[in-house]
Amino acid sequence: MWSKSLGNEQNGINGMSNINLTVNGVQHTLEAKPNEPLSTLLRERLRLTGTKIGCEEAECGACTVLVDGEPVVSCIYPAERADGKTVVTIEGLASTLTPTPLPLGEGQGVREKLHPLQEAFVEHGAVQCGFCIPGQIMTAYALLRRNPNPTKDEIRFALKDTLCRCAGYPTIENAVLAAAEALRTGEPVKKPTHIPDSIHRRKTVGHSHLRPEAVEKVTGKAIYTDDLVFDGMLYAKVRRAMIPHGFLTRLDISKAKALPGVVAVLTAEDIPAERNHGLVIYDWPVMVGVGERVRYVGDAIAIVAAESQEIAEQASALIEAEFDPQPVITNSVQARQEGVPQIHEKGNLLKHIKVRKGDIEQGFAEADVILEHTFHTPATDHAFIEPECSIGVPLPDGRMEIYVGSQIPYQDREQVARVMGWPQERVRVVGQLMGGGFGGKEDVMGQIHVAMLANATQRPVKLLFDRQESLLVHPKRHATQIRVKIGAKRDGRLTACETELYGDTGAYASLGEKVMTRATTHSAGPYDIPHVRADCYAMYTNNPPAGAFRGFGVTQSAFAVESMMDKLAETLNLDPVELRRMNALHVGSVTNTGQVLNESVGLTECIDKVDAEMRKHNPLPFKPTVDPANPNLLRAWGFAAAYKNTGLGGGAPDKSGADVELYADGTFQVRSSAAELGQGLVTVMRLIVAEEMSVPPEQVSVLVMDTDLAPNGGPTTASRQTFVTGNASRYAAKTLRDQITAAMAEKFDVRPEQIRFENGIVHVNGNLLTYADVYQEMTASGQKPLVRYEYEAPKTQPLGTGGDMHFAFSFGVQAAEVEVNKLTGEVRVLKVISANDVGMAVNPLGLQGQVEGGVMMGLGNALTEEFIVENGYVVTDHLARYRVPGIMLTPEITSIIVEHPISSGPYGAKGVGEISSIPTTPAITNAIYNAVGVRVDKLPVDQEVIAREIWERGEN
Amino acid sequence: MNLWQNYIRPKNLSEAMDAFAHAPRPLLPIAGGTDLLLDLEQGRHSPVQTLVDVTSVTEMTALEKRGDELFIGAAVPVNRVTTTPEVAHHAQALAEACNLIAGPQVRNVATLGGNVAHALPAADGTIALLALDAKAEVADPTGTRIVPFRELFLGPGKSSLKHGEELIVGFYLPLTAPHRSSCFKRIMRPQGVALPILNCAVWLERENDTIKDVRIAVGPGGGTPFRATQAEDVLRGKSLTEETFESALETLLAQSQFRTSARRASADYRRHIVNGLFRDVVEIAWKRAEWD
Repeated sequence: MWSKSLGNEQNGINGMSNINLTVNGVQHTLEAKPNEPLSTLLRERLRLTGTKIGCEEAECGACTVLVDGEPVVSCIYPAERADGKTVVTIEGLASTLTPTPLPLGEGQGVREKLHPLQEAFVEHGAVQCGFCIPGQIMTAYALLRRNPNPTKDEIRFALKDTLCRCAGYPTIENAVLAAAEALRTGEPVKKPTHIPDSIHRRKTVGHSHLRPEAVEKVTGKAIYTDDLVFDGMLYAKVRRAMIPHGFLTRLDISKAKALPGVVAVLTAEDIPAERNHGLVIYDWPVMVGVGERVRYVGDAIAIVAAESQEIAEQASALIEAEFDPQPVITNSVQARQEGVPQIHEKGNLLKHIKVRKGDIEQGFAEADVILEHTFHTPATDHAFIEPECSIGVPLPDGRMEIYVGSQIPYQDREQVARVMGWPQERVRVVGQLMGGGFGGKEDVMGQIHVAMLANATQRPVKLLFDRQESLLVHPKRHATQIRVKIGAKRDGRLTACETELYGDTGAYASLGEKVMTRATTHSAGPYDIPHVRADCYAMYTNNPPAGAFRGFGVTQSAFAVESMMDKLAETLNLDPVELRRMNALHVGSVTNTGQVLNESVGLTECIDKVDAEMRKHNPLPFKPTVDPANPNLLRAWGFAAAYKNTGLGGGAPDKSGADVELYADGTFQVRSSAAELGQGLVTVMRLIVAEEMSVPPEQVSVLVMDTDLAPNGGPTTASRQTFVTGNASRYAAKTLRDQITAAMAEKFDVRPEQIRFENGIVHVNGNLLTYADVYQEMTASGQKPLVRYEYEAPKTQPLGTGGDMHFAFSFGVQAAEVEVNKLTGEVRVLKVISANDVGMAVNPLGLQGQVEGGVMMGLGNALTEEFIVENGYVVTDHLARYRVPGIMLTPEITSIIVEHPISSGPYGAKGVGEISSIPTTPAITNAIYNAVGVRVDKLPVDQEVIAREIWERGEN
Repeated sequence: MNLWQNYIRPKNLSEAMDAFAHAPRPLLPIAGGTDLLLDLEQGRHSPVQTLVDVTSVTEMTALEKRGDELFIGAAVPVNRVTTTPEVAHHAQALAEACNLIAGPQVRNVATLGGNVAHALPAADGTIALLALDAKAEVADPTGTRIVPFRELFLGPGKSSLKHGEELIVGFYLPLTAPHRSSCFKRIMRPQGVALPILNCAVWLERENDTIKDVRIAVGPGGGTPFRATQAEDVLRGKSLTEETFESALETLLAQSQFRTSARRASADYRRHIVNGLFRDVVEIAWKRAEWD
């Protein structure tokens, strides 16, 4: 019955030849290509790289653009479908406004036309790493087009599948509300008013300031590694073993090499020098060679560089590999058993970590009550929205540049150089903006592979992981088994705590020893306990490696010990808050590792403030209340406390270098190869230098993550950068100020005390000099106004020596209100109150983002996240299977900043990145217990387990 | 990555069938592509020569009243299903179900036809259509025909449609009338794939305090989308009392085949929670059909 003719010639049975589309008001006619999604057309053909790719599976929403006015995920939208349609991307957003938008208000170095949504995201601090922001803004824009006055619920519903891993969901919500109001009224975007300044504020530090890079992040102009393209660039693909354990017996790359478009295929035989990489122990093969052992599915066996990504992938698939499979070690307990295969030469034990304090036998003998329980936590993934990307660029002089978003640029340089057999200076790591890290971008991923391929081909080579590769390959949070035995007097005084931990560090060490050391030293909680004994076995297995992840082991042990504290409170019939208060670490306490705390212990204040805030909502917070409208819904609060070291500790030299330079135009630059991964370090450095030089922040630019241009800031880990690079920046600035003082004193022949620095002006005994004048004066007398300062944090001592293992600790307390459906076991977190002793809040606006994001990551750890590996094979190899919390799960978050300054910190500041996330999980699980009497001892919370326990008790 | 070579965008069914007949094979129709493209990318489906994009096929993008039925084209994005007042009026359960599918960026491209064609026993749109007594219009090279909804499904993920030869054009739903109503709800878990652990749609017609007629669909209650016909028989002609409900629930449990799906839910758990879900949905539908 159907007619046989196709009316449209262009759209014949052999497909289309051209795509006509309008993008941001510009008409384009492009040749249609097979396999091309709209995102690729926009990013690669039109170079509109503001549209980001996070997953390529329609899960994260980062690639959202508007097609004919409606938001769509462009990663799975065939480009050919856009024929005849109108597309708006983040780059075109501001020009959709009529009349033209107002310039952004004060506080910005760059004056640029912004859409109110963009302006609101900047002003409210909704921009952190920035990678998801184009998707957030475009999705919100679509909402405001059809609903100019949305409620909070409507905003959440619209943004429900646009993931933000920095998880500034509350600020995103506020930003959308503020933008909607501005659009409706025509008034300027309202600024946030609810974030108090630091009680230790000075002229600049301690007040809320905007990120210097926020504007480029909201306009899509921010460049992340994958947004870079070099002339003649090749594309790389890594062939991975995809078996968890075995020996590589045969490898044939001939077919891959013969494929047209393939420029190089390299194997372990091509590794020039050092064959392994690693952050502490060089135990991770750059590639596994024939006859060598494969230890996990992600092990590389060959690398390909080709003219296109497609060809590189085809070539990788043509590589033939055979293995002699070996029995798989699937968990840390099994790994320690007698007679099991040994994965590394020195065995399966990476480290037995011991903590001893007092006499544990005596401690339990003194106890009136002793409780013991074992807890399990799974591996989890950082799921930063930006997957790993590295680009190697060979230079004519034989040097190699590596473009990468890395948390440890100098260590990347060292690891690349060692494998290449080069002096370190031959490698330059050029750090790029990072779309989140959270500890997951500390290990080398593609850096060495692109260096090898770029060196072999003498062409730039890009290696971009897709989400699946990211999930398979990079180190995770350690899966643990933690047994806690705790003893207390009848009145609640703790007498003894014994813990035994197993940590699964997977195939390679990464930072496993350090992470599990932190888990162990913190495993008795932030309490003053006379007798402590802890033993931890950090074990190799055939799972993906485990390493650093926000919380660094303490996330796991805090869950165990804080659950035990609630069990103990119940057994002793004590208020759980009172039990914690009674035992809390305070000034003068001795930690489990024998460190006397001399200052900056704000734990009791955190406990008191959270307790007071919680009891405002409910004076009997730990008793369940029934929803009058639905008797199946029970609500209760839960409480948890934690502490976390700032800095590397354990005797490791903890240094950071910073340069501060005055330029001819009177502006300053501060430089350090520390990493900005969204946490806000760049803003902190800028504020500190502005404070020291008495200039507005806009007069200070910041350069980070470049091993040629900036000194080593050390790893961005252990919540250390505000402290160490903050101090380095501060001392560099102070030193420069002293040099200026000396120079001006000499020049004008006045005493140094007669020179003052105020509001960007140097007052020299009545003469007013701008910094441009100062520059002139100094250079005229042959002085370069540049100071490099290497800051070294107070010395620490190794575990077991009894000295100060850390130079600072941050403290955090959280209370969570949950609602549990006793029929289905479903859990909703309604409210979280979070108090953090951060010493001093350098930038309260940035701190807010760290606190909210920390809560959301802790909530994910409790409720949604589980990286599942079965017999060495990764089950959660897509974002669709590994769920991170979205805006719909966001509770009402109240942040309370507690400031007990530490004298060695910049203005008293210590770390916050991790502590903000640690108490969330046990606060939630304790609340679940208080609501329905089910003790969660295995994460993530399983609603079926809750429901089953309730129905087996016969209560539903 | 090699996924497809030719991309064809027919404007009507005739062109689509012509493409089916003559375009290079293997060939697949593509609507939103939110599942299909991922199947291709992640290797669950082998690459094809031709994708036939049906999102511009006029017959498949219509959403209108036709006589005493509501027609919803198979290529209508689920977002349009949720926001069209006629759907909310005549097929509230369907509007509710489609509103719960993913976020707006996906709902704007994902289609009702795709939801059904994937033949998952707990697809939200499918379960709602089943309770609403939908019929499917199917096209093949010889013409179109009406197919009872349940005949579209052979087993989990297995549709009765012939790959690359047949297309769902759309769905016909009976128009509503006073005292007829429907409701859809589901229960999720926060981990793992975004498929409901359990969903349920109920359509009912009320006469004073009696259930005159009722249809109940529960997913996943078996290998294909499950109609709890025996529980319907229990409820039909009765008033909605606790006793009747309990009896209907018991019958539903006896007829259904709840299974354990790895990492989502055990059969036990599903049998336990269906009580609350089924109760909620029936009660809401019952109230919506109220006689004043």
